[in-house]
Amino acid sequence: MHAVVAIKQVPDTSNVRIDPETGTLIREGVPAIVNPYDLHAVEAAVQLKERLGGGQVTVITMGPPKATEALLECVEQGADRAILISDRKFGGADTLATSYVLARAIEVINAELPVDIILFGKQAIDGDTAQVGPGVATRLNIPLITYAVAIEEFDLAARRAVVHRRVEQGIEILETTLPALLTVEKEIAPVRHAPLPRLIAAARYQPEMWTATSPVPFDPQQIGLKGSPTVVGKAYTPPPRSGGDVLSVADLGLDTVVARAMAVIERAHVGNLQSVTE
Amino acid sequence: MNAEQPTIPRIWVFVEQQEHQVHPVSWELLGAAKRLSADLPGSVVEAVLPGHQVADLAPQAFQYGAARIYLIDNPVLEIYRNLPYAVAVSQLVKEHRPEIFLIGATTLGRDLAGSIATRVGTGLTADCTELSIDPANHILAATRPTFGGNLMATILCRRHRPQMATVRPRVLPMPDPAPDATGEVVTVPFDMREEDVPVKRLRLIRAEEQPNIEYAEVIVAGGRGMGGPEGFALLQELADALGGMVAASRPVVDAGWMDASRQVGQTGKTVRPKLYIAAGISGAVQHRVGMSGADVILAINTDPNAPIFQIATMGIVGDLYEVIPALIRQVKGQSYDGQAHL
Ligand SMILES: Cc1cc2nc3c(=O)[nH]c(=O)nc-3n(C[C@H](O)[C@H](O)[C@H](O)COP(=O)(O)OP(=O)(O)OC[C@H]3O[C@@H](n4cnc5c(N)ncnc54)[C@H](O)[C@@H]3O)c2cc1C
Ligand SMILES: Cc1cc2nc3c(=O)[nH]c(=O)nc-3n(C[C@H](O)[C@H](O)[C@H](O)COP(=O)(O)OP(=O)(O)OC[C@H]3O[C@@H](n4cnc5c(N)ncnc54)[C@H](O)[C@@H]3O)c2cc1C
Repeated sequence: MHAVVAIKQVPDTSNVRIDPETGTLIREGVPAIVNPYDLHAVEAAVQLKERLGGGQVTVITMGPPKATEALLECVEQGADRAILISDRKFGGADTLATSYVLARAIEVINAELPVDIILFGKQAIDGDTAQVGPGVATRLNIPLITYAVAIEEFDLAARRAVVHRRVEQGIEILETTLPALLTVEKEIAPVRHAPLPRLIAAARYQPEMWTATSPVPFDPQQIGLKGSPTVVGKAYTPPPRSGGDVLSVADLGLDTVVARAMAVIERAHVGNLQSVTE
Repeated sequence: MNAEQPTIPRIWVFVEQQEHQVHPVSWELLGAAKRLSADLPGSVVEAVLPGHQVADLAPQAFQYGAARIYLIDNPVLEIYRNLPYAVAVSQLVKEHRPEIFLIGATTLGRDLAGSIATRVGTGLTADCTELSIDPANHILAATRPTFGGNLMATILCRRHRPQMATVRPRVLPMPDPAPDATGEVVTVPFDMREEDVPVKRLRLIRAEEQPNIEYAEVIVAGGRGMGGPEGFALLQELADALGGMVAASRPVVDAGWMDASRQVGQTGKTVRPKLYIAAGISGAVQHRVGMSGADVILAINTDPNAPIFQIATMGIVGDLYEVIPALIRQVKGQSYDGQAHL
């Protein structure tokens, strides 16, 4: 069994702050983490390997040299091989360019050792588009299952799997041919603590480095800014909605405050109260 | 990319239907498309409807503003699956080359849009909250929140067509239907066979009750300040009295006090009710992005510095377990005898 997992290093957006003077994002000092959903994708791949009694888990990322840290964390979680695809020429990539690079890389990995399943997080918490997984599946021309929550069956011999995915009406149970690409929710597999032997393995591990030209000559027209149809025109902090009165029960008493609240509720013209206020 | 320019700029909206029900976001998008059309000289608004035996849904699309609807009918489109939908719609896009193509940022729409954009080789802006046409160059300016709602970014797709965007349900207003509007139905041939589809649905386990908080007119939401699951019965009582639904912040869902389908915010749902009552919710930015479009916000919090007060129409500093029961009494009193007591 060979699983490829695409992971992204992201700023921990729960710690992102806005500079009140300039209105811009303060990135300094914000810890970089493995995109949370991607850790679950790695875990799902490792569990699949355990379930099937062996195999290989390859993790890949396109990002700056610092993203090595993220790959090593995945090696601690049980990945066997890690590849960093890093080059200034990849800078400014939107989802179309990102999906090109990842799809092309997976093709090359597949030629060395055939890939049975590809796992992505359901979305990255910074860019937040959820578009890269569908883009890669489309480029590789393999089945796509987004929002996967469980892999019920995985039959390598028959080249088929049964996957559960979350949809608006409930849980959809799908049968797919293999290889397939899944984007995963956190439920797919709980992240375990890395055991000591894995920590030691990761400490010695050196991820492979791929550039824009070697070992894979990526098409220069399809990478980075050049390969990206979208550009960020402008970025700004959202204008705040301004608040109204703040009344204290302790100061004004419950009756007064509730009476004022009722007046506000009536202003909304809702349900049963509509007839009363008209 | 495109050598010859299409003569008429077409603004397309994907009409999402499942089990013969159109997702309301499709109509919201038709409303947006009509507004964009006013700023894009000579443009027309058109709808794309894939499915099986769904022709009877076309009149609704006309009422909400489409001048023409492309109907793609094939049994393989009966249940949504990525491949047949992506192939069918991409073929149509390549043939007619619309200027703009809008898709709802639903589970289905997010699955589909990225595949279409990749097949067509164009740009796709995700989860937009605002759309406009730049008057200078007639390009779509699609604005979206990123970094957990901390930053708004306006995305442009200058040279590739169509300019694609997904838009979350409920961030744009629902247009009023024009009952007499009609339009042209174009039947699009599509000949994929079931054997060509690699994914089969074995079954669907329906969620017991799917509260659709996105379309509630009144929402009574509880946060971590509820202190536990028990208090939500109180919120339900107030919601029932106001004809609304109960929702929650993320910690409430994480703690298992409420189902995930009721979560409001960045990783939950966007709501746009007439009235949003926030009880024991601090008002973190990730929560606010999901509810700041409410007409009226009433917040109850013991902490006078809670950020929710910065956006509330009215804030009450007090214990929700004191304030909510008093509100229930007032609301019930009014709706029973039809008289205001104030
Ligand atoms: C403010 C801002 C707004 C943006 N808006 C858009 C937009 O509307 N449209 C657009 O096309 N691009 C947009 N981008 C660019 C986009 O963020 C990048 O293309 C990014 O590389 C991938 O998109 P994402 O973070 O949304 O990933 P998602 O598609 O949300 O990520 C899903 C999964 O894909 C995998 N993945 C994603 N990136 C990588 C990677 N580099 N290496 C390995 N695996 C990866 C991970 O498994 C991840 O969980 C925007 C960027 C910024 C800064
Ligand atoms: C990537 C990311 C995505 C997120 N997505 C979401 C999302 O979709 N939705 C969401 O809600 N959050 C989301 N969050 C979490 C968000 O940052 C906040 O942590 C969360 O909204 C806080 O929930 P809360 O207001 O219920 O709890 P708290 O912040 O703990 O606030 C509880 C409030 O209750 C008040 N209180 C306590 N007792 C009482 C009482 N008896 N009466 C009245 N008031 C009382 C307190 O003063 C306090 O203000 C996300 C975070 C991240 C990092």
